[in-house]
Amino acid sequence: MSVNPATAPLLSADGMPLKKSLGRALRRQKIRALMLIAPLLLFVFVAFIMPIVSMLFRSVENDIVADTLPQTVLELQSWDAELGELPPEVVYAALASDIKIAAKARKHTKVGLRLNYEQSGVASLFKKTARKAKKWDGDADAPFKEKLIEVHKSWGEIEIWQTLKVHSSNYTSGYFLNAIDMRKTVSGPEFQPEEKQVLILLFKRTLVMSLIIMGTCILLGYPVAWLLANLPARQANLLMILVLLPFWTSLLVRTSAWKVMLQQQGVINDLLVQLGLVADSARLVMINNETGTIVAMTHILLPFMILPMYSVMQTIPPTYLRAAKSLGATNWTAFWRVYFPQTVPGIGAGSILVFILAIGYYITPEIVGGSKGVFISNRIAYSILKSLNWGLGAALASILLVAVLVLYWTYDKIVGIDNVKLGG
Amino acid sequence: MAALTVISRKPLSFVLPSMGLLGAVFGILMGMSLGNAGLGIVIGIITSVGFSYFSVLGAAKEKLVRFSLVFLALVAGYFSFGLAGMIAGGLWGWFYGWFVFWLFEGRYRARVHSYLTSGQVLWHFTFRVICGVVFTYLIAPIIVVIPLSFNAQDFFTFTPEMLNFDPAGYSLKHYHDFFYNNEWQRSFKNSLIIAPIATVISVTLGTLAAIGLSQSHVPFKRLITALLISPMIVPLIISATGMFFFYATVGNFLENSLGIDKNLVGYVKVILAHSVLGIPFVIITVTATLVGFDNSLTRASANMGAGPVKTFFKVQMPLIMPGVVAGGLFAFITSFDEVVVIMFVGSSKQKTLPWQMFIGLKEQISPTILAVATILVCMSIALLVTLELLRRRSERLRGLSPT
Repeated sequence: MSVNPATAPLLSADGMPLKKSLGRALRRQKIRALMLIAPLLLFVFVAFIMPIVSMLFRSVENDIVADTLPQTVLELQSWDAELGELPPEVVYAALASDIKIAAKARKHTKVGLRLNYEQSGVASLFKKTARKAKKWDGDADAPFKEKLIEVHKSWGEIEIWQTLKVHSSNYTSGYFLNAIDMRKTVSGPEFQPEEKQVLILLFKRTLVMSLIIMGTCILLGYPVAWLLANLPARQANLLMILVLLPFWTSLLVRTSAWKVMLQQQGVINDLLVQLGLVADSARLVMINNETGTIVAMTHILLPFMILPMYSVMQTIPPTYLRAAKSLGATNWTAFWRVYFPQTVPGIGAGSILVFILAIGYYITPEIVGGSKGVFISNRIAYSILKSLNWGLGAALASILLVAVLVLYWTYDKIVGIDNVKLGG
Repeated sequence: MAALTVISRKPLSFVLPSMGLLGAVFGILMGMSLGNAGLGIVIGIITSVGFSYFSVLGAAKEKLVRFSLVFLALVAGYFSFGLAGMIAGGLWGWFYGWFVFWLFEGRYRARVHSYLTSGQVLWHFTFRVICGVVFTYLIAPIIVVIPLSFNAQDFFTFTPEMLNFDPAGYSLKHYHDFFYNNEWQRSFKNSLIIAPIATVISVTLGTLAAIGLSQSHVPFKRLITALLISPMIVPLIISATGMFFFYATVGNFLENSLGIDKNLVGYVKVILAHSVLGIPFVIITVTATLVGFDNSLTRASANMGAGPVKTFFKVQMPLIMPGVVAGGLFAFITSFDEVVVIMFVGSSKQKTLPWQMFIGLKEQISPTILAVATILVCMSIALLVTLELLRRRSERLRGLSPT
């Protein structure tokens, strides 16, 4: 068999076609790289991604009502909540039996607590009913309608049944509606009563304050970054310490330092009073309000603005400015038309970084923010740790997460995540 | 920096009004603190112009003039405000003398280009002053904490005794409290247990993955990088919320089904959570070091008969060591400083130093916090120095001259 040398495949040393041999080498290389990454990927997946997913799941999960009161939920399906009539006796009987079982398993308080987020007073209603229902004996005590209404008159009102029916599905949009100050009712989503609307306000405040903090960071950071980029290396490195030391100092230390500085009996107020700029009786209120949060958070986030700006400005040759001026530009034109446009990537990178960090801040607003300077993250912590409304906390966190991921995506498009630099 | 411009003396018609302005500002401040701003301005202008006139007359003996200005200010300060006033006065006198001759001799021109107009020179120095203000804003809170931690009183502000440098105003009692109070010591120990273990986990896994990521052919590289860096980008409060639900389930499983000690499970949960948070920092710093890594070195090593493991430990590891250590420091400080996640995931048994500080700041404010803060500031200075040394070493290893 003769082989045409022009069409025959190239062979490697061991007689295999070169293409195949190269392909195998490449595959081996890929597998080796993946093997090195795999342990960490698995670890991050289990210890970080899964918790986030479980949080997203929590924000819509609502199986507690259906699990604890299965017969009631089943019977309620055929009841039309919008007619304005109380449900029939079968529903009351189902409820009595469900509550009796739940009380024995000590699950009635949980479902009461869950429904209490939607209609206040339900928790105590369930406790009271369960105490009575334990003693009832199957059908002997029928009819249950009168009995239940006797135990608590709420069972004779239509609202409680509507709440039960609306929140009986296994998955609910209720928490997300709550997170934007709305609630689920039989006739569709509605806005909460005025006095209960706080969350949209908090979202707005988080957004506005983060923008203000970002703005002050740009204003304060720009001159400093310019100075650092234009000084001789030795002096710049020395001044860089002043930026990096706060960056490396514990967040709690900086926050407590601001508490010391800003208090009414604190260092700044004492200094102002000593200088006579402020009367002793009219000390400035700079803490436990928006001012406190903005001052302290700008200080904490400023290095994150300065460092990206600095690394961009370092690459801009100073000759450009001089060239612009020698061509007749005024100081301002030279800066605004020649220098500034080249620094925009740095400003963009720093701004997104500061903004992402700011909207998720919790510790600093909690300590220096009082009630007027807190963010949505403080509300999340409150829901999870204090009021124990976990679903609402998860829903709020999910909304925040989506906002951050969008910003993260923008950041990736503009700067690229592999360009993130740490500590200069 | 060498002088850029030949300097010349400036006329009195420039020096005296400028000094008058300085005197007016000083006069306003002094006047207001004594209750009469108007009088303050007038006296400030007159004395400032007078002093600068006589200083300029004695310009031939500049050293003597400046020395006597400092001396006068020292005496005046001491008789008006005591010891603290003497120090402030001395500093003021020194600055004043320096400033008069800086203006009069035209020294301010020496370091700027000769073609700049007066307006540009003025802006040049105004700009520096603005930057100085921002630097003060950055560093002042951290500096202020240090002397306050030696306060003998339980106050968060300077007492009159402290300002007069009276030894009775200072004490080490807050430090004593930190070292002998059980709460603080226990939280300090917890921090020292949790942070190092979390660091070791994130450095080991992170370095391996960074080496994998910097190979030339990695499928889904962008996606994997994004996933691995996500713990740094997702706000702590969200990570904490997610971990709160998930780790509680996992913890209950470990305790009830496997019968593991509750306390141990608590530590495991917190350490796992913290090591995830530290991983992005390790990935970023190690990948950055690997970018400059010359791959022909590993090939050379393989050529000489070294296996992959030996190549890694003998060739690759020593070269990327600075990056690994820097990443480890980042991971360590992330864990050491972290308080949100641990509050959600841990129990009070795992209370760390920042958590204890947080409680202290929220509830019973104790000045011990300032002592702890000072210790932590010293720690971050040590960290900063280590990182700088590492950076220089890394540049040396790669054959660059350190800046």
